[in-house]
Amino acid sequence: MINLAGRDILHNWGKFVMTGAGLGLLIGVTLTMAGVYRGMVDDAQALIVNSGADLWVVQKDTLGPYAEPSALHDDVARDLLLQPGVMAAGNAAYLTMQIQQGKREVRIMLVGIEAGKPGTPAYLVAGRPITQSHYEALADIKSGFSLGERIRIRRHEYTVTGLTRRMVSSSGDPMIFVPLKDAQEVQFLKDNDALLNERIRTNTAPGILDAPSPSSSQMVNAVLVQLKPGFSDESVADGIRRWKHVQTYTRAQMEEILVARLIATSAKQIFMFLVILSIVSAAIVAFIIYTMTMNKIREIAVLKLVGASNQTISGMILQQALGLGLIGFVVGKTAATFWAPLFPKYVLLIPGDALRGFFLVMLMCALASSFAIRAALRVDPSSAIGG
Amino acid sequence: MNIPAIEIENLTKRYGQGDTAVDALKGVNMTIWPGEVVGLVGPSGSGKSTLLKCLGAVIEPTSGKMQLGGQTIYDNKWEIDDLRTLRRDRIGFVFQAPYLIPFLDVTDNIALLPMLAGVPNDKARIRARELLAALDVGHRAMAQVSQLSGGEQQRVSIARALANHPPVILADEPTAPLDSERALNVVRLLNQMAQQYQTAIIVVTHDEKIIPTFKRIYHIRDGRTYEEAGEGRSA
Repeated sequence: MINLAGRDILHNWGKFVMTGAGLGLLIGVTLTMAGVYRGMVDDAQALIVNSGADLWVVQKDTLGPYAEPSALHDDVARDLLLQPGVMAAGNAAYLTMQIQQGKREVRIMLVGIEAGKPGTPAYLVAGRPITQSHYEALADIKSGFSLGERIRIRRHEYTVTGLTRRMVSSSGDPMIFVPLKDAQEVQFLKDNDALLNERIRTNTAPGILDAPSPSSSQMVNAVLVQLKPGFSDESVADGIRRWKHVQTYTRAQMEEILVARLIATSAKQIFMFLVILSIVSAAIVAFIIYTMTMNKIREIAVLKLVGASNQTISGMILQQALGLGLIGFVVGKTAATFWAPLFPKYVLLIPGDALRGFFLVMLMCALASSFAIRAALRVDPSSAIGG
Repeated sequence: MNIPAIEIENLTKRYGQGDTAVDALKGVNMTIWPGEVVGLVGPSGSGKSTLLKCLGAVIEPTSGKMQLGGQTIYDNKWEIDDLRTLRRDRIGFVFQAPYLIPFLDVTDNIALLPMLAGVPNDKARIRARELLAALDVGHRAMAQVSQLSGGEQQRVSIARALANHPPVILADEPTAPLDSERALNVVRLLNQMAQQYQTAIIVVTHDEKIIPTFKRIYHIRDGRTYEEAGEGRSA
């Protein structure tokens, strides 16, 4: 038996391929949206995994340090080392800011670390770790900085000694690591103009300068803790929580905070886009298949008149719908793969999503073809006979 | 010749019900023998197409009896369950326009019918090429439909009607879009095919050019048929 769908596609291949390509771009957008969501989740997970911490000790009653502001005294880390099961503890300061890279502005997350302690990047793709106490930095390659380049952060310049990969904040901003003391200074250091303004203001109210001010430079946002082998994170975390003046999160809890709370709204937003795009794609497929079928209504009437079964006619329409879906998926996947790296934030296209997308597209095309099949089966074979 | 290819007795067809009912056929009687080409002539709205549709098993008559090759297919109700198979295997259709499938080449347009009946592809294509040769369009076997002239397309549609060697062919104004010469050629071919394959052919027409070529003509007026001996001139 002749494959009627295949023959029709070959006969109108240009039109068919162009239609499939148009649909493919829509599928590409849908796959990219899924990739944007995956990228957000991966950024959040990368932040947790790359920190190398098993526990995050933060200010009491906060979700810090990534979801909420958190401030702790930097000597908490020393006390934590006395807790059973704690192998290492490192102070960390986090600050999101805008800096200049060449002629462009880059949004980064500045991370203050204590070299060799938890929070230090586990590996570098180039260069060496921070060895000096001040003015050295490790930059993620996404920031655009290269080895040896000078980064101006507030009043000081830092030399890039090493480069990292996939060290990003939960919102995808590249991280720049500097010594903790420098980060603490950056966090609370005022620029020259601010200092001058402050002096003018305090001169009008003598005595304020003499007042004691809190030593902000001894504050950190979190203490990252690594556990000794064989200790359960929950039991150590419970021990620390008993202090009552700090909050402690395990890796699973921190992942829950980042993925389920911090990016939950964005994820729902993307999910809504995905749903709408899927509905629009299904509607377009249904419309295309329906129009293609209606353009063949006379041929279908003739086929029915000369004895073609409903199965033959339905099969022809279904195969064309699936063919269209296949072309659309290939074009969409290729397009998404090419344009994903152009996005400013990380777009993660995973094979599992592509596979699910493929089956979804095929299912969508099969369902969409049902309208056309129903219309075709309603065609009266007598309409081929005039009069 | 003892068994008629088509025999119709008191066939009626009513459209609608009550006050709006229209009797399109009011007791049609007709007998056509194998190898015969019969004209069915009548003005517009006389019931020609309705009769053709009843004979083609695409609409159900209201009452009467229809036999194909001695087998009763309708006796106040369909006597055959699978009308689709009946149409595929025992009735050929030639339409006013050729209505060939544009995405199949000439051979496959014809071979499709035997293939639908379960004939293997290669055998179906051999049969299609034989018919094309018999209809003098063998050289166009591999052409696309869009590459054929109007006359060639009509010949291919006749070949398609003959593809399953049906005992009956229903031709609905097959010469309407053709000029005189091509129209007479088509009638000549129909006569030739009827003789060669012993097929009974009913040609619905109001083409004055071809009416004199029929040996027998059924006039249909107000849903009733009247038989008349034709001139049977050579086409």
